[in-house]
Amino acid sequence: MLHLAVLAPFLAAVLIPFFYKALRKIHTGWFVLPVPLLLFLFLSTYFKDVWRGVHNVYTLDWIPSLGINFSLYIDGLSLFFALLITGIGTLVVLYSIYYLHITEKLGHFYVYLLLFMGAMLGVVLSDNLFILYTFWELTSISSFLLIGYWYYREGSKYGALKSMLITVFGGLSMLGGFLLLYTVTGTPSIREIIERSDLVLNDTAFPWILILILLGAFTKSAQFPFHTWLPDAMEAPTPVSAFLHSATMVKAGLYLVARLSLLFAGNDLFFILVTGFGLLTLCWGSYMAVRQTDLKAILAYSTISQLGMIMAMLGFGTGVAILAAVFHILNHATFKGSLFMVAGIVDHETGTRDIRRLGGLFTFMPITATLAFFGTFSMAGFPLPIFNGFLSKEMFFESSRHFEHASPLVETVAPVLPVLAVLGSIFTFVYSVMLFFRTFAGKQRDTLEKKPHEAPFGMLVSPLILVSLIVIIALLPNFFNERLLAPAVAAINGEHFESHIKFWHGWGNPALYMSLIVLAVGTFLYLIRTKWESFYQILPGKLSAAKSYDAIVNGIFKGSTSLTRAYMTGSIRSYMAYILVFFIILISVTMTVTDGFAMSLEDLAPLAVPEFSIAVIMAAAAIGTVLMKNRIAAILVLGIVGYGLSLLFVFFRAPDLALTQLIVETVTVALFLLCFYHLPDLKKEYQSARKKVVNLVISVSVGVIVTLVAISSHSTKLFEPISDYFIENSYELGGGDNIVNVILVDFRGLDTMLEILVLGLAAIGIYSMIKLKGKKGENE
Amino acid sequence: MRLKNVTNDLILKTATTIIVFLILGFSVYLFFAGHNAPGGGFIGGLMTSGAFVLLYIAYGFQTMNRVVKIDFKTFIPIGLTIAVLSGVGSFLYGQPFLSHTDGYFHLPIIGKAHLATAMIFDLGVYFTVIGVTMTIILSIAKDEGEQVENAE
Repeated sequence: MLHLAVLAPFLAAVLIPFFYKALRKIHTGWFVLPVPLLLFLFLSTYFKDVWRGVHNVYTLDWIPSLGINFSLYIDGLSLFFALLITGIGTLVVLYSIYYLHITEKLGHFYVYLLLFMGAMLGVVLSDNLFILYTFWELTSISSFLLIGYWYYREGSKYGALKSMLITVFGGLSMLGGFLLLYTVTGTPSIREIIERSDLVLNDTAFPWILILILLGAFTKSAQFPFHTWLPDAMEAPTPVSAFLHSATMVKAGLYLVARLSLLFAGNDLFFILVTGFGLLTLCWGSYMAVRQTDLKAILAYSTISQLGMIMAMLGFGTGVAILAAVFHILNHATFKGSLFMVAGIVDHETGTRDIRRLGGLFTFMPITATLAFFGTFSMAGFPLPIFNGFLSKEMFFESSRHFEHASPLVETVAPVLPVLAVLGSIFTFVYSVMLFFRTFAGKQRDTLEKKPHEAPFGMLVSPLILVSLIVIIALLPNFFNERLLAPAVAAINGEHFESHIKFWHGWGNPALYMSLIVLAVGTFLYLIRTKWESFYQILPGKLSAAKSYDAIVNGIFKGSTSLTRAYMTGSIRSYMAYILVFFIILISVTMTVTDGFAMSLEDLAPLAVPEFSIAVIMAAAAIGTVLMKNRIAAILVLGIVGYGLSLLFVFFRAPDLALTQLIVETVTVALFLLCFYHLPDLKKEYQSARKKVVNLVISVSVGVIVTLVAISSHSTKLFEPISDYFIENSYELGGGDNIVNVILVDFRGLDTMLEILVLGLAAIGIYSMIKLKGKKGENE
Repeated sequence: MRLKNVTNDLILKTATTIIVFLILGFSVYLFFAGHNAPGGGFIGGLMTSGAFVLLYIAYGFQTMNRVVKIDFKTFIPIGLTIAVLSGVGSFLYGQPFLSHTDGYFHLPIIGKAHLATAMIFDLGVYFTVIGVTMTIILSIAKDEGEQVENAE
């Protein structure tokens, strides 16, 4: 059944285009809506098993011989993510029904969305590394399709390509990590790998495994410096941004880190990488979010920073930190989902998302503004019991101060971490407040294209549900803790972690003071923001990840273009030179390395005068051919070489070869002459062979190499030649005395057959080239 | 070849009629001698086409095309087919491809003769080589002739 659940979105994706074509009048979203809803309800039935600690594995054979099976595993963590995906998915589909007009290409949209949903479910439920990877890449691809949904927009294409390149880069690195993991442990099953964590931790490849897998997680979850694709992914329709780029896909990286944290837990490298990059992303993302003026860009940077915060908590690795991380994943999904939907409503009803043009919308859109109020202040972690963000933020502060495993490294960096956490949270507070007040408070500008008004009810339903969840979670955190979070924490941590989420920890709790510092400094910074906004000109100034990405991509394009231009000259002469130089290098290096140059003088025949003189004449003719200034003369001189060769055959007692060589040489010379007759008059340049030093060096080297190879191969006899067999058996087996001919037609008749085939093809080729060349202007 | 400066090459033509038969005879000899003495299908084929080339040189295309109505291109498939069939024949006797045998036979006129199936294969080679050589030379030479004619 679980397999069917994962595959259901794919099946639905196949069927949706038919609904879209057949029932044009009804918004296709209504047909999609039941899919995530039913999945959500179905997945809820696994609660009982998960509470009781029954963790089922469901396996479906796919490639059993490679150990790659479609095995699904459901525990607290998978269930938590699966419910998040289907739950938010339902709300997003509902929201998109009102957001996307019926004239859009809805078939495409919902097919991509369903593909994404199925892939995401596959990622969180897979137990097999390679199945996980398959679904992982499928999320990248469907996200690419969704970002590029309005494919006629330049920005969409750019954003889609960027996210594709970055996430696939990470995905492929991750595959490398998985393969190493598989080689080390010998099993692709994640559970079994975690059981064999000793093998992994003690292996020399461990740093590579960790770094490669983390590359995958960091690129997917938009961690510094790979966060740059996320702001550009905001070109997607807002439901997509709400679903993929806040609640689900960007959390796939978090899921992966959480899933494997049992494997890496307590390792210093894991701690420093995950925590370090997490906190860096938290601070950088929140710092950069303040600078943005586009609602969705603020939300994108805010997502980056919140993901960094969760990543950092996963890096802390303590029970309370993991609980805080899981709790914050839930909270972030609720408030960020609702905020994106609010941003979509504002965009939809006013025609702009630029906060410099917005303001005073509270009077026009009170409901939307109220929803945004809850979202933003929950994001800021405002200390009121109605904001769930505050609870998890305070747990974050709490967890940044205590670490269970004490190594020198942890002890060194421990004092810095709370400071960084507070710093990131201050900026989080500033942009959250800015987001709300600059949109909804203040004066109304009259530059808007549309007259702002309240959104239709259907559009408000989804954010309304999410905002109610914010409040409900904030009021009843332990209800969710026991049912949803505790099993997930148990799955990440390996053991059950007893905890109770409280709003009020008492006066003695430092986390409270950290929250108060954030509140005070954040308010102060917001009020004087015009004074320090110019600071952004200095930092980051010209430095930014987006620019580095552009520079890298352009650099690769330019570099490869110029590289190709440099060696693909189009001149056959250069290609010939490459081939020969490669030949020289390869042969000479091989011969030197293997000590292959051998010279033995044992087996040499005495040198006779006729052979010697013929050889001298041939050499002279060969040199003459090169030096000849006239083409015809060169051909004729070349003929001397050919006839000399046939004379040599005579002296070396090869009558058949001599006869053949004689006739073939004649034919060749005649054909050469015929061909040069055909050369166009204008190009009859009687130029001598180019006397370039390069040519000389290359040709001399080739000659020397070939000579050396010939000498050494003659000097090395590995076994008796086969010719004795032919001489003995030629008459008996072949019925002939002419051994050459018997070999040609009998012993090795197949060669001859194929050679005459080659001749036939050549003749037909020449015939068709000449006869079928077509009239002028056609086929030319 | 209808060239303006065509001369009446009487000596060439007369000598050709005699020499061509000598060459043809020699080529047939080379072909049959192949198994036991220098020669064989390849050289035999080249020699035969040499004889034809001589005829073309002496008498020109027009005359030759009237007298010898052979399309040399068809020699290529014929030769290849013979060669392949000679190899396929060994299947009939349950032997691998291209197995050859030989033996002594009494033929009506020649008497006792040593025949080998390899000869059939050689015959294929012979035909192919004639076809190939003549096709190449005639196509190039004709093309040249046509160009000269067009130029006039």
